[in-house]
Formats: sequence, structure tokens, C-alpha cells
Amino acid sequence: MFLINCPFCGEREQSEFKAGGEAHIVRPKQPTELSDDEWAEYLFMRKNIKGIQFERWNHIHGCRKWFNMIRDTSNDQIKAVYKMGEKPPVK
Amino acid sequence: MPNNLRFKTSKFIDETYRVSFKFNNKIYFGFKGDTLASALLANGIHLVGRSFKYHRPRGIMTSGSEEPNAIIQLHDNSSRTEPNVRATEVEIYEGLVASSQNCWPSVNFDIGGINNLLSPILPAGFYYKTFMWPASFWEKYEYFIRKSAGLGKSPKVADPDIYEHKYIHCDVLVIGAGISGIMAAKMAAKNGFKTLLVDEKSYLGGSSIYDNSEFSKINNQITSSWLEKEINEISKLENLEIKTRTSVAAFHGYNFLLARENLTDHLPINQRENKVRQRLLKIRAKKVITATGSIERPLIFDNNDRPGILLSSAIKRYIDLYGVACGENNILFTNNDTAYETAMSLIQRGIKINAIIDNREQIDSKISYEVEKNNIKIYKGYTVVDTYGYRRINRISIMKLSKDGQTVIGDKTKLNCDCLGVSGGWTPAVHLFTQSGGKLKFREEDQVFIPNVYPSDQISIGSCNGDFGLEEIIKNTLTSIKKFLDIDNSEYKTVETISGLNQSKRNIWLLPSDKSIGKTKSFVDYQNDATAKDIKLALREGFRSIEHVKRYTTTGMGTDQGKLGNMHALGIISETAGTKMGEHGTTTFRPPYTPLTFGTIVGRNVGKFFDIFRRTPIHDWHVANNAEFENVGQWKRAWYYPKDNENMHQAVQRESKAARDSAGILDASTLGKIDIQGTDASEFLNRVYTNAWSKLAVGKCRYGLMLNEDGMVYDDGVTTRLGENHYIMTTTTGGAANVLGKLEDYLQTEWPELDVYLSSVTDHFATISVCGPYSKKIVSKVIPDLDLSDEKFPHMSFKNAKINNIKCRVMRISFTGEHSYEINIQANFGKSVWEKCMEAGKDFNITPYGTETMHLLRAEKGFIIVGQDTDATLTPIDLQMDWIVSKKKYDFIGKRSLYRSDTIREDRKQLVGLLTENPEEVLEEGAQIVADIKKSPIEMLGHVTSSYYSPNLKKSIALGVVKGGKNMLGQKLIIPMENKNINVTVADPVFLDKEGERLNAKL
Ligand SMILES: [Zn+2]
Repeated sequence: MFLINCPFCGEREQSEFKAGGEAHIVRPKQPTELSDDEWAEYLFMRKNIKGIQFERWNHIHGCRKWFNMIRDTSNDQIKAVYKMGEKPPVK
Repeated sequence: MPNNLRFKTSKFIDETYRVSFKFNNKIYFGFKGDTLASALLANGIHLVGRSFKYHRPRGIMTSGSEEPNAIIQLHDNSSRTEPNVRATEVEIYEGLVASSQNCWPSVNFDIGGINNLLSPILPAGFYYKTFMWPASFWEKYEYFIRKSAGLGKSPKVADPDIYEHKYIHCDVLVIGAGISGIMAAKMAAKNGFKTLLVDEKSYLGGSSIYDNSEFSKINNQITSSWLEKEINEISKLENLEIKTRTSVAAFHGYNFLLARENLTDHLPINQRENKVRQRLLKIRAKKVITATGSIERPLIFDNNDRPGILLSSAIKRYIDLYGVACGENNILFTNNDTAYETAMSLIQRGIKINAIIDNREQIDSKISYEVEKNNIKIYKGYTVVDTYGYRRINRISIMKLSKDGQTVIGDKTKLNCDCLGVSGGWTPAVHLFTQSGGKLKFREEDQVFIPNVYPSDQISIGSCNGDFGLEEIIKNTLTSIKKFLDIDNSEYKTVETISGLNQSKRNIWLLPSDKSIGKTKSFVDYQNDATAKDIKLALREGFRSIEHVKRYTTTGMGTDQGKLGNMHALGIISETAGTKMGEHGTTTFRPPYTPLTFGTIVGRNVGKFFDIFRRTPIHDWHVANNAEFENVGQWKRAWYYPKDNENMHQAVQRESKAARDSAGILDASTLGKIDIQGTDASEFLNRVYTNAWSKLAVGKCRYGLMLNEDGMVYDDGVTTRLGENHYIMTTTTGGAANVLGKLEDYLQTEWPELDVYLSSVTDHFATISVCGPYSKKIVSKVIPDLDLSDEKFPHMSFKNAKINNIKCRVMRISFTGEHSYEINIQANFGKSVWEKCMEAGKDFNITPYGTETMHLLRAEKGFIIVGQDTDATLTPIDLQMDWIVSKKKYDFIGKRSLYRSDTIREDRKQLVGLLTENPEEVLEEGAQIVADIKKSPIEMLGHVTSSYYSPNLKKSIALGVVKGGKNMLGQKLIIPMENKNINVTVADPVFLDKEGERLNAKL
């Protein structure tokens, strides 16, 4: 079970959090302008990487804040956590 | 008991405290401090069980948690019965009852023993190959396999014991209290680390605590004396918590560990009342020091499984710790120096050793010379090729090993014995390390896997790290702990060690025999009866990966996870395949390290604590008024209120009729309530609901439908504009938390510029819905100051009001289609307002109704229930709810998906009403809907989602989803059931009052 460093609350047990899928996927500002394929790209296509992955997490049983996490899925090491809207601290 | 098997030399045994116990229906005696295994051995009993597949007689093999054979059933036929318990781990107590498993009628005469004779036709994979064909015979096979292959019996009644969970946070966790664990714990605690030291045994010190040999000394003291002083010192340290009888079951990522603490298992049953039996410790440690030691390897030779064959270190422990001799005529069989330590322990107590068989040609250590001095015959360069004796070993035959160790040469010599101690060297106990994600490396010199890459802040020390010599253990423990904890002061100034052993070893994974391999039974996994022959067969049949070989032969698949034989399996695979060790992978050890009881896993979460449930503020009234409850999300909701001897159907019919003819009252407190405030609240609602919100006037209510981005219906509910920038949204009962989460998600991540704040207020209000033609009269009695005229208070509007000076919110909204009011009041007044309504409605037949009636009433109106009539594959268009989808709004969640090529298909499943040909026939929810039953295969068009008998319409009504159903109005379809086909007609889903006149109906 991970120990997650919520950017607002500090270290907490993983059981307080909920994973929210891939990070940095921005909802298109003008969905009506998009073709079916373009919309499907936003809607369905997600990466599932063995290695460094950018993820969204929610401190659902805590401050309820969403934040981003960089996690190595091959060994579950959390490389960084950062607030929504912030640039990833590492590549 | 035969006195010659018990030696009065152990301080761990209290000979003044005699304990009686029952094994296989016979009464025996032991002493306090004994394990069931040591007490049985003291009584001369080796044969304790039968093997899993061949039902071969099996004896106690080890003295610890690695035991594969002595697996027993505790307290048979009692509520405390427990299967698959290792006799080597059970501390005896007055009244203990144990019996052998996997044998019938008795361990001495077992019918299943015939399998041993049949073994030539029971090779690896036998079950897969034989019993799978023909498939129709499986039922017959299964009966016999289950009858003959069962391990223990599970209890049949509730467990009377108490279990609990506990969280522990510490700086340093030390697992294992052997020499290195004790040293590490002392260094950590003395340097200011909050430290927890755990050990699975009842005592501290590991195997060194009974090491009284002159051949291993620390600072010129006998090892055990030096260690006792250390233990004495650490037991006084404030920073250090010590837990014995505590076995770490799992080592997860981020140094999260689970351990089982045994609190009462060693006590007589009558002393266990009201005490916690076992505790599951959930440990989060900043740093973990693993000092789990090592497990002695057996040797793999023909018939190496007879009762009386033990690990040599186990024989030593039984003598030194429990004062019990395992045999009177002992032979030791080894490939390293360990057996000579056992020999010295035997010699010191005058126990006879007939011979030592050593694989090595050259033996050069002080301890071996000392053994030789005692006139013990050592057969150097020899191996055991066979053993004899059915229920107990009585003889062995030995032969000389060839130079390369691959064959045997010369004559066969037979030697008598009643106990054979075997030692194949040591395997580091890396189970927990690998569980944590650690990577191993193979050390060629002594053929062991040792920790290599640590995945978290942890370290392995002592023999689990591959340090086997005393000097090496102490020296490496000191340097690595200093570095690991980043401390200068080691607490140990100088530690001088002397050891009479050297680490030489002649490792042969599968010892050769004069017989062909097909004729041998050299057990690699004792518990699952997997032999070297089976492993070779698996390789011949093309299996390569250890994980596949393991499953095919069942090696390592028992309750002991192959703690003894896994290394040999790997060794035999690599030798046979001509590859390097580790090339075929190492097997993965999975939690738990030793089995856990279900009680420990569940802890206090049993009975009414099994799952949490939420009660509304009016719950007690429902209970007092005979309500039946149903679970909705985590809520207990009143389902229906049977009167007299009514069944559910009768109660629901009565409630439904009353709600339309006079008045009904429903506890709707469970509906999710989200308070929405902020200058952008209207804009926010515009984006999350399919319909438009900007023009909703203050004081008005509106129904809204929420979609996922994929266009599928997600939730629904009525939202009320309380003020210019203030709304209260209601959600479905089950969806409340998820809706809040979803809204927060959009606010925080997509639209952070919006000035909107969300709070869950579900628990803050009790919600009472009063409906029916008398509802206005009733509410006007409860809230006399409120103007309830249709002009002042029309449908879909809201008023602030007061009941006895307590503020409340009243909405005129309806989920039944009747004239109705929803009173929202501070939760703690909910019950009294409910009672007030009941009192006010007394003369108007006010009838409390539950969720079932609510569902029926809304179905009459064709209102959907998200999650019952929808399943995340239906758009609002599919639900024939086009009217709620704004054409004007530029965007809302899910809008773009409503005209994807898939969502505009004409033949999507669409919501329709269904009327049965026979109005008395009520359809089954979930039943399939078809058009043509002659077609093969029958095309499934959809299914029934809601179905009721409507007392108000006096006929059966149903909702369902049907492919292209929107254009099928009036069409006949068929619901095929087990015994009949039911004819239905597609109808409008609104069955009652399509014009909505009842919303204003009053009496
Ligand atoms: Zn937080």
C-alpha cells in the first residue's frame, strides 16, 4: 500500500485516495468542432505504460483535492506529486 | 513417557508443570514449553500424518514454520477447530486436542495408502491428463478426488474467538530476533529510533539462544550466555517494543507490513474467555530490517520422506531447547558442517550416533575432528541411496559418490537407525524480501539466492542475507546497520567471535541412486508429494519456466509454499535443462508467509460490523413500525411496512393504492444533497446538466440529468435555486458520493476559473415526502403559516418555512406523479416532524410507504431509476428523454458524444413500456426480450428493467430496453421463460396520467 504525499495534507495511506487515470488530458474547449475520431481520442485513448506514468489522484477521504502524480508503474515508486495546473517537476 | 527420550537439561521446559493433551484420541503428557511436535517426539511418536497424493506415512520433519508434514487438525468437532496447523508451531496447553489429517480410517492404517502402490500411474499432471476426459465424467471424478484429497476440515459453526486489527507506526521494524535481529534492534533503539522487534517464536534469540556449543563463542562466552545478556539489556530499552509469537505475514510496498500476533493460542481454552485471540498488526515502518534467518535444506534422495527423517537442525533444537531426543540410534546425513553441531549436541547427552554420512570427500573443521574423536564413524564422499521402514525409518543403504557426484559406485552398505538427520546446507529466508519487490541474485559458491536490489528503505542482515558464519553475521550486521541507520555509535565496541565450523559444502541437488530415476521417490515437495521424477517429467514435456513447472507438478503449491524444496526444484530444473540457476526464474513467494486464520483477516468486522451501514434520522420509527429494510448504497432504507400478516406484495399494493387515493409518506433522507454556492453556480449547472439552468428563477426547482463524457446517463435529481448564487442539488441515493467527486473533479481540473463551492449536506437534513390528494391538507396542518395555494406555491417551487420555530425548506416536487411536498429539516428534528405528519394525516389514511412502493409509483409514471433502468450504456435519447437535452447550449458534459456514429444508431437499445397480454402476468426483471423464438440462435433484443403489478391501473406494467424500441410502439414481442413464452406489447413508458393532472389533484 502506497504512502502518498498529498500536496495539501502531507503523507497519508493509499486507502484515503482514489486514482483518476492519466493526467494532462485537457478537455477540448470546443468539442462540437471535433470529428468523431478527434473526440474519441480525448474520450477513450489512454496510455498504459510500464515505467514512468503521469496520473491523477484524488484525496477523496481527506481534503478532496485532485492532484497529479508521477509514478513508475514497474516498481510503484512515486517520483513526484504536484498540484493541478502546475508543470510536472520532472520529465 | 519413555524417559530415555527426555533429557532434564533444558531451561525452556518447565518440568514442574505437566500438561496433558489428546492426539488421535489418545492421551499423552508433555511439559509447559513444549510444542505439540516436541511433546509427541518425547512420547516416541513420529508418524503424524499422511501425504497429500500418495498417502505415504509422514513424520515431523522440522521444528518451525517451514514444516511440510506435521499438519494437523486442532480441536476437531468443536467451534474452535482449525485445519492445516503446523504441530511444530503449536505450544501445548492443558486440554489440547489434535488429530491427523488426510487419512482414513486412521494414520496407522490408511486406505488412501493404496495410492502409493498406484504411484507409477499417478505422475505429475495426472489429474490434468486423466480426469479432464471425457468432460462429462468430471462430476464422477470430482466426488472421489475430493473424498480422498482433502486436507483439513473447516469449522462448521461461528468462531467464538475475538480478533482485532491494530496499526503500528515505527521508525524501525526488525523482523526476527536471532543474533543479528537483537543486535540491530539494540543499535536502533539506543540511537533514538522508535523500534519494533517481532519474532514468530515464543522466545527471543532464534537458534543461537540454545547454542551452548564450545565451538562458537562471542567475546569468549558461550553464544547462548552472551545472547541472554543482550536480551536482558534490550528488554529494558524504552524505545523498543518487543512482540513474540508475532509472525510477519506480508511485506508490501512502501514498508507496509502485516503481522499476526498470537495472544491466547498457547493458553488453556478456559483462560481464553473474553481475550483477543489474534491481532493483525498493520505496520508502517520508516525503515525495515529483515533478519528472518535461514531454513535448512533437506537432501533429495530415494525415499527421503519416511517418519524419523528430520532436518539435522531440528534434531538439535529438539534436544537443546526441549530436551527431547528424536531417536535412540541416530544417523546424520549431510553435505556441510551443520550436522556436526547436531552431532556434538547428541554426543554431549550420550545419545547414540551410528554414523555420519557426508557427501564431502574432505572435511576440515575443528568441530568435525571433535566428532571423529568421539569414535563416530564418518562415511566421507558417501550418499544415502535408499531408506527402509514403513511407519518409521529403520535402515538406510549408502553408496560411494563418484568424483563428479552424478553417480554412485562400489558396494551398497546397510546401516540401522531409527532417526536420520539430514542437512543440505541453508537457504536464506528471503520470502518477505521478495514479497516487498526485492530482486535476488544467485551466489555460485554456495548455491544460494541472496537479496540484491532493495525496493524500499530496508535491509536484510544475518543468514537471510547469506551470512552463515558467526563471525560474518556479527561483523556484517554491525557495519551494515551503522550505514543503514547512519549512526556512528554501534553500541558494540569489540566483538570477538570463535567458530569451529567452516562453510565448505558439496552441493548436489538430486543425489544419485543405483536405481533408474523412474524407480525412485525422491521428494522435493513433501506436502504435495512432488518428486524429482515429476520435475524431470515436466521438463521432458516441454515446461521450462519455474512458474509453469510449479503448477504442473504442484511443487511449492502447498500451505508451506515449498519452504524446504523450492531451491531443489530450481536446482534440478537447471541441472536437467543444462542452464544457469535463476535463468528459469525464481518462484514468487506470496503473502502470507504462514497461513492466517480468517478471523485474523476479518478482525472485528464481523456480524453487524461486517459492513458499515447508514441510518436515516427516522430509522427508529421505521423499526418500531415493522418496516422491512433494503440496502441502498450503504443506507438501510425502509422497503415496505407489512401490516398484520401481509406479505411484501400485499403491503406494496396497499401502500401504492393509498399514496394515490389518499396520502403516502416516504423517508427520502437518503437522497444525496449537495449545496452549491458561488457567483458561477448557474454556469456550472449549465455545464454539468443536459438542460439549461440560467433562467431558473430563485425559488424554483428543476429536474436535471447528468451524463458522462461518453454521453451515457450518470445520475439525475431535482435541483432548487435557493438564492441568486445558491443551489441545492439532489442526487440518487447510491450516486451521491460519486456525483460530488465528479463535480469536484471538473471544478478543480477543467474549470478552476469558476467561482463555485460544493459541500455534501446529505446527512444534515431529514427529507420527508408527503404525497397524494390529501397531502396539501396534511402539510397545511403541519406548517399552518405556509400558503399552499397553487398560485403562491406551484409545482416545482420551493419555500422557506418554520415548524415550531425550526427552519425548514419545503419543495413541491414529485417522484410519484401525485400532488406532493418534500419537507427538508435539520436532521435531528426529522423524526419528530415525521411523527407530526403522521398525526396530521391520521384522518386522511396517511400511509408510510417504502422504496418498493416508490419504485412502483414512479414506474406507473414512466420515471426512470438511474442504475435500474439504465446501466451506463443508455443516452437520454435512448431513454426517450430528448426533451431534457438542450439544443441551444453550446456545451455540457457528454454533449459531443450524443452524436457520435455509435450513439445515433437507430437500432440502439431504447427504453419502452411493456404490457403483458394477460394483465395479471407480472414479468421478471432481467428477463430477455425477443421477437422471433423460432430463429436459431434466438436474437436477444433487450431485457426487462422494471416490472410491477399496478394496483392503480389494475394491470401488470413493465419498463424495458429494446433494440430500436422507439419505433416499435404497438408491436408484439415475446419474453421466453423457463416454462412458457409471455406475449407482450410495446407501449408508451408513461402508463398513468400522461397529462400530469394529478400533480395538482387534491381532496
Ligand atoms: Zn489532502
